[in-house]
Amino acid sequence: MANAIEAHGLDVGYGGRQPAVKVLSGLDLSVAAGSFLSILGPSGCGKSTLLRVVADLLDPLGGSISVLGDTPHAVRSRRDVGFVFQDSTLLPWRTVRDNVRLPLDVGQGRLTRTIDDRCDELLDLMGLAGFGERLPHQLSGGQRQRVAIARALLGQPRLLLMDEPFGALDEITRDRLNDELLSLWRRTGATILFVTHSIAEAAYLGERVLVLAANPGRLAKDLDMRPFKQDGNRCSREDPAVIAAMAELRGALEKAS
Amino acid sequence: MRQAPLPPALTIALPVLGAASILLAWQFLLPWLGVPAYIVPTPTAIAGVFQKSFALLLGNLWPTLIEALAGFVIGNLAGVLLAVVFVHSRVLQAAYFPIVLFFNTIPILALSPIIILIFGLGMAPKIVIAAVICFFPTLVNMIRGLDSASDNEHELFRVLSATRWEIFWSLRLPRALPMLFSSLRIASATAVIGAIVGEWIGSDKGLGALIIQATFNYQSDRLYAAIVLSSSLSIALFAIVVLLERRAIRY
Repeated sequence: MANAIEAHGLDVGYGGRQPAVKVLSGLDLSVAAGSFLSILGPSGCGKSTLLRVVADLLDPLGGSISVLGDTPHAVRSRRDVGFVFQDSTLLPWRTVRDNVRLPLDVGQGRLTRTIDDRCDELLDLMGLAGFGERLPHQLSGGQRQRVAIARALLGQPRLLLMDEPFGALDEITRDRLNDELLSLWRRTGATILFVTHSIAEAAYLGERVLVLAANPGRLAKDLDMRPFKQDGNRCSREDPAVIAAMAELRGALEKAS
Repeated sequence: MRQAPLPPALTIALPVLGAASILLAWQFLLPWLGVPAYIVPTPTAIAGVFQKSFALLLGNLWPTLIEALAGFVIGNLAGVLLAVVFVHSRVLQAAYFPIVLFFNTIPILALSPIIILIFGLGMAPKIVIAAVICFFPTLVNMIRGLDSASDNEHELFRVLSATRWEIFWSLRLPRALPMLFSSLRIASATAVIGAIVGEWIGSDKGLGALIIQATFNYQSDRLYAAIVLSSSLSIALFAIVVLLERRAIRY
């Protein structure tokens, strides 16, 4: 299968032509289409920055990147990318339904009103049936994040970028949403890039886990998790092999910090 | 330690009792202490003016009401529109915002004679003064409000390839509404002040003119009635703003 993301010698920084801070330096990365990639790393290693380059929110300074066989800009323009932020970024004056429908109301792209029917289906899928007319402040943190995921999925994007989406949730809610995300991933077949601070979450979700090192951001470890996965990409959190893999990731993360 | 909240019945009854106690003290205590009526007329004397000279009061309320309302609308609209221009053009904002800031430091009382020199003695200068006094707080609040969307919210709209107009209409403007309304509340009182100040300086009509005439003629009861009426006008404008705010902001 073709790669969803192909990056070579990617340099990213802030501050114009001579950046004071180089956030990513010479990063090479291939991500297979339809795969689930977890990205771990210390603060400032460029995890979020990498997602922003893929989403065409930030231009790289050097190197090349292709997304779904195209430029990031083309992919964004045709609405083939969904983004979920750490804070749900729901608009407080819109109801749950209107927040999910936001991609229909703004932006030029391929989204048409026929996708409107999917709104109820998505609310159902995310366990939000009956919450459509509520306002965001009437929801719990986990429910808000579910709405944000439904909004990102409305246009059926082939690429889903998630920037610590469950970072602010309690552990029980987080575990539940992890399982829901895995079923969604299997159902949609989208490629998912998932940034997290949690080693356990990265290992549980990803078919592959990348560890980035900081100053400047570069690849520190690339671990294939597929050998440990059983039914539906889930792996047992108690499996000694998984615990060993997590220890390996922790070691890489400590060295990278 | 924080005090326990009052029972609901008391939260209504206590302000009423408080106001009643002040009115009673004003009515009976002040005359008993020998405070002359030409300095502080009693509440019943002021109420008597409303009965006796209702036509006179109403005749002077109208011009002030129209000036304050027109000034309120024009000043706030100008503030909102200029804020929209400024947040979309950093160049214009950098060039002209300091000048607006300087303009705002001129006391309105010092500015008013110039406005009257330019616009004459009719209603126009009073409207302009009321507008000027409303303009600045709304401009500043609106600029801050339009800029108050978070980085993530802007990124969300960029991921969706939203146009500038869509970002304005669906993100910046709704984000700005709470701050706009807080300046409109302030403006509901200042617009009336602006109209009255304008009438002080050059007019024979309106509550401001009535206040000046009543003062010079030692008609204290009429002066106090005019004050009550101007304050009622501000309260009415304020109430309208609050009603609109409740309709516009539901979250």
